[in-house]
Amino acid sequence: MKIVALNGLLGYGYSEEALNLAFSEKVDYLGVDAGSTDPGPYYLGSGKSFTDRSAVKRDLALALPKALSQKAPFIIGTAGGAGSRAHVEWLKEILMEIAAEEKLSFRLGIAYTDVTREYVLEKLESGKIRPMSVKMPLTKKDVEESVAIVSQAGIAPILSLLEQKADVILCGRVCDTAIYAAPCIARGYDAGLAFHMAKIMECGAMCSEPVAAADVMQGYMEKDYFELRPASPHRRCTVDRVAAHTLYEQSNPYLIYEPDGICDLTHSKFEQVDERTVRVTGSVFHEAEVKTLKLEGVRCSGYRTICPAAIKDPDTVRNVDYIIQTVTDFVRENTKNTLPENSYQIHFKKNGGAESSMGIILDVVGKTQEIADTVCALARSRMLHCDYEGRKSSAGNLAFPFSPSDIHVGAVYEFSVFHLAETDSLLETSKLCIEEVTQ
Amino acid sequence: MKRLIESTKILRSKNAGPLFITFDLIFDGDEKMKYVQERLTKKMIAEAYGVEEDEISIIAYDVVHSIKITFPRKHISGSLEDDDIYGCQQHMPLANIEI
Repeated sequence: MKIVALNGLLGYGYSEEALNLAFSEKVDYLGVDAGSTDPGPYYLGSGKSFTDRSAVKRDLALALPKALSQKAPFIIGTAGGAGSRAHVEWLKEILMEIAAEEKLSFRLGIAYTDVTREYVLEKLESGKIRPMSVKMPLTKKDVEESVAIVSQAGIAPILSLLEQKADVILCGRVCDTAIYAAPCIARGYDAGLAFHMAKIMECGAMCSEPVAAADVMQGYMEKDYFELRPASPHRRCTVDRVAAHTLYEQSNPYLIYEPDGICDLTHSKFEQVDERTVRVTGSVFHEAEVKTLKLEGVRCSGYRTICPAAIKDPDTVRNVDYIIQTVTDFVRENTKNTLPENSYQIHFKKNGGAESSMGIILDVVGKTQEIADTVCALARSRMLHCDYEGRKSSAGNLAFPFSPSDIHVGAVYEFSVFHLAETDSLLETSKLCIEEVTQ
Repeated sequence: MKRLIESTKILRSKNAGPLFITFDLIFDGDEKMKYVQERLTKKMIAEAYGVEEDEISIIAYDVVHSIKITFPRKHISGSLEDDDIYGCQQHMPLANIEI
């Protein structure tokens, strides 16, 4: 069975030649990961994508007709970057635009994976929540403050939509591995090999030389092994690259944790089959006794205004901590009667300074954008003119690269929930639907 | 005594999810890897990053002559105190450890 990964992230691009070459053979499934938590909590909170719309459309528009012409189900994971309903709708709209423009008809399966605060509270109260890190326990308040929560589903919703004969599967938040493991498992292949192959393929051509998340990867699944070969003739898979891939972004290179269980690579073997192809054997799957869904939620922490600046005088750099303290006290004193208590936080984000110059960002998060503006402006002007002992450059302490100097960043989100929820059914948070797209 | 970065082919940091930071040290061969493996301690890492020793995991991955180090992020990715959302510029304190 042949499965193709379009690239490591929808919207990051790939070579059209590589796609054409991949589809010059029979392709059984096409997949692409469209999301990540790497860019941080903002995107889940705002409902926006960290990828560019026109780049996403380009990546989809070339691939969709290819997949449909070969009747290869096209599985898209973590739509819109963070996989909430808003993100799924964003990607669906792009998909519909392409369908209309290219006159494409297909059966669309959608898996929404949002969860409500009530769902998480019930899990919390029944002792079904497990922390990922001891540093982040979950409280009722964390859940109640959350403005968006998604569940990272495993293979279950994809399996169900494949069974319902969907040609295109658009998923909310799902594990990156589920995109590629689900079709293999649906066809009866070994789960250990399926999850291992999926873990490598979800990054596109990252496991090849020259390395690239932005290119097409091909996986060939057989009964006792799988093989990986990049679609581009200019790239090759090597044992080192493929084996090293499970180091990437993982806390343990031997164990891949999945909602369904653990993929164990302790006895995996890697073999160079030809110049561009690596064969893998020996990966094993241990099913978990208690299945878990990963929950990801964010709260809105306020509104941000920043002022980027540089200090180029070593004397000023040496006095920067004194200046920061003076500015912090000044702002507190000057706003105590005008701003509500605890209505802002200010951070001075310093970079460099060991040599002679320092980059510094005044980072203010206020309960409202107006509060953030007020505090940032006060801090910026005070910092510019703050005196210190022996100061010679008395015209100003900061080089501002821009006018205006203060920049609105807007709403700020932080992770409020990042926990595992025990469940009897890995489908319990998925809302599945099927739509016929016709022209 | 050599800085750790001088003994490695790859030395990198990255989020392992928003709560953890993970470091990969990849060596040219088994010998260099073993040399570091025998000398690099949790104590050194704890001091370099201001974290507790018992929070640190060190796993050798001989398949590609590498050592993986993981511990919880001091500030969760994207929190107000965080200044490296992807965590890919956290490797220098490790790189500068002398072995």
